[in-house]
Amino acid sequence: MSSSPLERRKALQNDRVERFRRMVEIRSFEDRVKGLFAEGIVHGTTHTCQGQEAVAVGIAAAARPTDQVTCTYRGHGVALALGLTGESVLAEIMGRVAGSVGGVGGSMHLCEPEVGLLPTFAIIGAGIPVAAGAALTAQVNGTDDAAIAVFGDGASNIGAFHEGINLAAIWKLPVVFVCENNQYGEYSRIDITTPIEDLADRAASYGIPGVIVDGQDPDAVEQAMNEALARARAGDGPSLLEAKTYRYAGHSRADTAPYRIPGEFERWYERDPINTFRARLIDEGLLTAVSAEQLEEAVGVALEELVAHVKESPFPEPAAMFRNVYA
Amino acid sequence: MPKMRMNQAIAAAIADEMRADPSVVVLGEDVAAAGGPFKTSDGLLDEFGPLRVRDTPISEMGFVGAAVGAASTGLRPVVEIMFVEFLGVALDQVSTEAAKFHYLSGGKVSVPMVVRASVGAGLGFGSQHSQTLETWMFATPGLKLAVASSPQNAYGLIRSAIRDPNPVVVLEPRVLYATRGDVETGDDQLVPLGSAQLAGSGDDVTIVTLGAMVGTVLEATAMASWTADVVDLRTLLPWDVGAVLSSVERTGRLVLVEESPLTGGWGVEVAARVAGEGFRHLKAPITRITCPDVPVPFGKELEARFLPSAEYVVSQVDELLATGSLPAPWWTKEEAK
Repeated sequence: MSSSPLERRKALQNDRVERFRRMVEIRSFEDRVKGLFAEGIVHGTTHTCQGQEAVAVGIAAAARPTDQVTCTYRGHGVALALGLTGESVLAEIMGRVAGSVGGVGGSMHLCEPEVGLLPTFAIIGAGIPVAAGAALTAQVNGTDDAAIAVFGDGASNIGAFHEGINLAAIWKLPVVFVCENNQYGEYSRIDITTPIEDLADRAASYGIPGVIVDGQDPDAVEQAMNEALARARAGDGPSLLEAKTYRYAGHSRADTAPYRIPGEFERWYERDPINTFRARLIDEGLLTAVSAEQLEEAVGVALEELVAHVKESPFPEPAAMFRNVYA
Repeated sequence: MPKMRMNQAIAAAIADEMRADPSVVVLGEDVAAAGGPFKTSDGLLDEFGPLRVRDTPISEMGFVGAAVGAASTGLRPVVEIMFVEFLGVALDQVSTEAAKFHYLSGGKVSVPMVVRASVGAGLGFGSQHSQTLETWMFATPGLKLAVASSPQNAYGLIRSAIRDPNPVVVLEPRVLYATRGDVETGDDQLVPLGSAQLAGSGDDVTIVTLGAMVGTVLEATAMASWTADVVDLRTLLPWDVGAVLSSVERTGRLVLVEESPLTGGWGVEVAARVAGEGFRHLKAPITRITCPDVPVPFGKELEARFLPSAEYVVSQVDELLATGSLPAPWWTKEEAK
């Protein structure tokens, strides 16, 4: 909890067990956030990402802290994976001074330049052209940093998707477009809103690679990201990755997802990213069943301490609303 | 002092900032090879090269969004929107992304970008290419908004806008691009954003205006029997409340001349502030001279009638001074016929 965002990022990049711990942290955090809303302790709305942890951790493992990331309002997991502290994210969700942006943003608005997280977007698709622009900075300045846009399947039907990717393709901008296809845009299944099954196919119309990735596997996401980032840094332009994943929770806090196809959740849960990765690390000898259990317990204890701490932490003074309107 | 057309003054301003700061880049439709549809970026590609001066696809949402991302990470993009109406498809990036990023980053990210757009009627472009639309962006904390009225002001506003650490929209009356005027260039000629200019002075009335209407008002005062302070606001966000109030304090009368529909125009904000804070100085009703609440018509005579003319400004102010009552706009008189 005392580590800086950059230290947390480096820890995740250097250590596969830390990646597992981070996935557990994200899952527990999101479950706890949902509970805090249900208890009425937090107001407003929130969008949690249980089930999508491997995408966030795979991206954070591959990207440099100097690569710029645009991400959606379902962004707690990406933020925690990139390195934001639990305190920074939870305090923002709870509107406290210690929050990522001082409590004026809320659940949908997180930011941490230290690890490349640009302000997160509550407008579907808006981060796609913005990521292209961050990549333009790298190209003009002649660095080999890259940008990464993380967005959902719903964003693939908005104009910003087409305009942002087309622009990046014609200018060969160093950017990776990562679509978290969690099967639902708000309450609508992807097949109701989209005439094709694989969103990666859309890359063909921009003449760029379109790659389907197992979004339940952090290693697969990391590997695909490494390839796309290498291509971007070499000046060969953008890629579109489609991470097939599944949103365990509803769209937002009040949504119990009654629209799910019966049995769908259970089928996806068979390939739960945390269970799968735990088994792999045990196979590799990096964890034992016992040490995994201890790790998960420790994450839970730390989370409860964090919740207690943030509940006691101060709200912003009224004057805070007047700060940072203009630079 | 060199004479320049307003489009040349704009290109000169961008070029001066590009020479001073390698992080300034220019993006827009046909801004590079063609030098801009209105020649407001003529010569920039030759001098600064294709890395910094780029033709974009017809994708306002895409390239304005890219400007937001570039500005957030260290560049100073200057984006051209050919006709301000095209900003409609990119307004999210200006009003909801760029204008909020500093706030929603706890002050850690700033967005020093400039969006330039041509505005206004008078050239027969029809309803979808002739609006001014400043009010689309007026109620947007976090954004700055300027309107050019002359080659010199365009030069100074553009340079200040590029240097500003915030997103700035600069509206350029298209009808003025070909207007020639003396332009003093150089670092001393920056126009501070938020500062009005007293374009004329007099005692009977304070006329507050901006953009292409500044010329119309000066034409009116040249032929009128009364004299007026003519306040060219130059910036709407923030606008120079002090300059307007201090003039009204002296003249006791406020007239607003706006190239936009009556309902919801920027003058409403100025009128409300003066009616409140300057109430005790007012000797007559605040009078707004605007366009009627209709789309900009195409027919040459219709379009000319739609815009406030110098003669119309004179007759409305004549009536205000003679009667002390609010003069009715021309269209209500014609409808009554």
